[in-house]
Amino acid sequence: MKKTLQLLAGFWSVLWGVANAETGSGTGVGWGALNLPAGVTPDSHDIHDLHMTILWICVGIGILVYGILVYSLIHHRKSKGVVPATFHENTKLEIVWTIIPFLILIAMAIPATKVMIKVYDTSASDMTIKVTGYQWKWRYTYLDEGIDFFSSLDAKSNEARQLGSKIDPATVEHYLLNVDKPLVIPANKKIRILLTAADVLHAWWVPEFGWKKDAIPGFITDGWIKVEKPGIYRGQCAELCGRDHGFMPIVVVVKTEDEYKQWVAAEKAKQEVGKVDASKPLTLDELTAKGKEVYASNCAACHGAEGDGVPGVFPAIKGSKVALGPLADHLKLVLHGKAAMPAFKDQLNDVEIAAVVTYQRNGFGNKKGDSIQPADIQAYK
Amino acid sequence: MSVATHDDIHAHDHHDHGPAKGFMRWVTTTNHKDIGTLYLITGLIMFFVGGAMALVIRAELFEPGLQYVDPHFFNQMTTLHALIMVFGAVMPAFAGLANWMIPMMIGAPDMALPRMNNWSFWLLPFAFVMLSSTLFMDGGAAAAGWTLYPPLVLQTGNALPFTVFTVHILGMSSIMAAINIIVTVFNMRAPGMTMMKLPLFVWTWVITAFLLIAVMPVFAGAVTMLLTDKYFGTSFFNAAGGGDPVLYQHLFWFFGHPEVYILILPSFGIISSIIPTFSRKPLFGYASMVYATASIGLLSFIVWAHHQYTVGMPLAGELYFTYATMLIAVPTGVKVFNWLATMWKGAMTFETPMLYAIAFVVLFTMGGFTGLMMSISPADLQYHDTYFIVAHFHYVLVPGAVFALFAATYYWLPKWTGHMYDEKLGKLHFWLTTISVNICFFPQHFVGLAGMPRRIPDYAVQFAEFNAMSSVGAFVFGFSQLIFAYVIYKAIKGGEKATSEVWEGAEAHGLEWHLPSPPPYHSWTEAPDQSLISELH
Repeated sequence: MKKTLQLLAGFWSVLWGVANAETGSGTGVGWGALNLPAGVTPDSHDIHDLHMTILWICVGIGILVYGILVYSLIHHRKSKGVVPATFHENTKLEIVWTIIPFLILIAMAIPATKVMIKVYDTSASDMTIKVTGYQWKWRYTYLDEGIDFFSSLDAKSNEARQLGSKIDPATVEHYLLNVDKPLVIPANKKIRILLTAADVLHAWWVPEFGWKKDAIPGFITDGWIKVEKPGIYRGQCAELCGRDHGFMPIVVVVKTEDEYKQWVAAEKAKQEVGKVDASKPLTLDELTAKGKEVYASNCAACHGAEGDGVPGVFPAIKGSKVALGPLADHLKLVLHGKAAMPAFKDQLNDVEIAAVVTYQRNGFGNKKGDSIQPADIQAYK
Repeated sequence: MSVATHDDIHAHDHHDHGPAKGFMRWVTTTNHKDIGTLYLITGLIMFFVGGAMALVIRAELFEPGLQYVDPHFFNQMTTLHALIMVFGAVMPAFAGLANWMIPMMIGAPDMALPRMNNWSFWLLPFAFVMLSSTLFMDGGAAAAGWTLYPPLVLQTGNALPFTVFTVHILGMSSIMAAINIIVTVFNMRAPGMTMMKLPLFVWTWVITAFLLIAVMPVFAGAVTMLLTDKYFGTSFFNAAGGGDPVLYQHLFWFFGHPEVYILILPSFGIISSIIPTFSRKPLFGYASMVYATASIGLLSFIVWAHHQYTVGMPLAGELYFTYATMLIAVPTGVKVFNWLATMWKGAMTFETPMLYAIAFVVLFTMGGFTGLMMSISPADLQYHDTYFIVAHFHYVLVPGAVFALFAATYYWLPKWTGHMYDEKLGKLHFWLTTISVNICFFPQHFVGLAGMPRRIPDYAVQFAEFNAMSSVGAFVFGFSQLIFAYVIYKAIKGGEKATSEVWEGAEAHGLEWHLPSPPPYHSWTEAPDQSLISELH
């Protein structure tokens, strides 16, 4: 009942919202989520303008067509005693209604062509970022800075989105639109985005930036953005990419140039720190605890939280020949992947690989009893 | 000699005639009406199966969070819902109408190739049983969307070869049906029934049949390449082996775009039959209707990559496909204007078939508008793969193709059964369906524009309100269809006797209205009088 009332209450705001669609400044929420955002890049403004133009043209034609139809439905009915006319053609009229739409189309095609040429012009960019789609996360590689990291759904959304989690999504901030580590870019710089994928097709889309483009394994596509104002912009994968397609959001933090430079320096310092602890030996408990975390965010989506897998598609870890077999085979599979299994050598560091492999060999009742050290991974590599 | 033989057969026919009894009648039948009925019933059953899947989807999307199904199963539902609705509900239903109506409309006794007709139908039940059985296989059914894009579809488990084989069988069935229709129309028209006298429904089906023959083999080829990529080590769609995943998309949409016109052209034919009857006027612009349909058919072959504006085609490719796609608006507009002009100054009445035909014109035009918006490639960089697209193609397929099928059923049901259907229930079905279909699909325009991607089982909370509304509409729509099934059942069982004309003045609108209701087992055993044909509008 409450839902019904909400629905009815919403109707009015919809009508109100449509009437004001032109002034709508961006992605609304609830009943206000009605129209394309006007965007924060030159392309997105142009595309929004094109969209509004063609929308109003359609509204105009619609009023004409539906107006004639409604007039006819009211006046030309048998119950009013109308005697039907017998005409069945009119060459002049037919030529007119063929030519006029054609002219409208030409008028639309000209601005569309201009915008498309601009969207495709990725030349003279200030910096380049490579975006790689994985099942189901994004990897961002700053080709000029040497910064490289993965970005996946944040822990809170991930917990709430599990089947039967009993967590109300409304209580999670930016539910399904938040990540553990966002892409950070400077404002007012022309940034060329190169897109590719590691496994299946994905598509990178932030509505406020005006376009989406497919990420295709083995090929590189590109696009460009020049964001006018600092802020946080959110988007999602837009090409069906398997089970967790709905759970690989995109978050872009746009900073002023100075703030961006500070961020780059901090990132580089962090990467140095990350390299050191790979040489320290860890206990079995430390490894399995860490491994459990790594497993949950990297393996559980396919192989199941309990290591049961999905029969016929994703093999079980529990009692698996690989997890109970020689270490070299296990590492080969994890590091280099096979068919639908991604290669994790670039996604996880040596500590994480050692931990997750140890966890897989000792968890789920496997009890192999060996603890794999980061040094073993280095040796294997 | 030949005359004598003919008479012998004829005498034999009259003596030992009519359908066999019981179950075997339906298995062995070569009669166009029996086969038409089988097709129509199959279409209706699959409409409910595909609809049940749609309700699983809408139940999960009623509110944010995952409540009922695993995302992998959700993806199987979206994939099978589409495959079943396209190949199981709409296409067989149109084939059923073609079987029933074309011989009656052109003055022929039956279809030209009756045994092939039997075979083309009986392939279908096996295909759909096989497709449905994939749900129970290890790894579940295909979950990569009805487009079956690689590399994702290659992650399907044991279901992949069965899905591919289903496509092969459905393709064979469609091609045989298409051949049969072309041969029938080209060879079995009654004397005086020239091509430019054919009812629009026959014309649109002939053009559809050519599209089917041209594109089904392309689809069969593309899915076979999937099969060899997965099991025989080829690399058609694998970059690591020199292939290209986008090649599949070009092949698929070279089939897929004509395919969507295969789903809509016969609807145009149906609407062009119904509107003149209930406006008590001849169809406006018959010749331009035929030429518009033919141009839409031709254009459908050269616009396919507008489904792929985001794959990174060269700029020239984007622009070419933009211009070519925009052109489709011209002949489609001509059709809509012709329907309006047909109603203009008519003496309209609003029986259920006419109500559905009017709703078709209004709502299909809505889908046409969004289609025009999407043809603008830069704007489609935003629209692509969002709920805006979902809204668009459901507007052209549900209040488009499906409404045309409802209209056709109500229009010809009295002819088929000899009984008038229950007009009150028909109108109830119409209003419930039309209101709920808009509650279901209209809000999807909004969430799509506001940024909700398609094919996701869960969504950000700002889309909650419109999704809830959409789900309510979907459930009302789904359950309203039980009324439709009941109306058909009731008309088969009995009811007011229908005259041969059924609708006031219908005799001027087609030869089928000169046959008794229900028509004899063999439609026109003797060619209709030429004067009948020349008096048709």
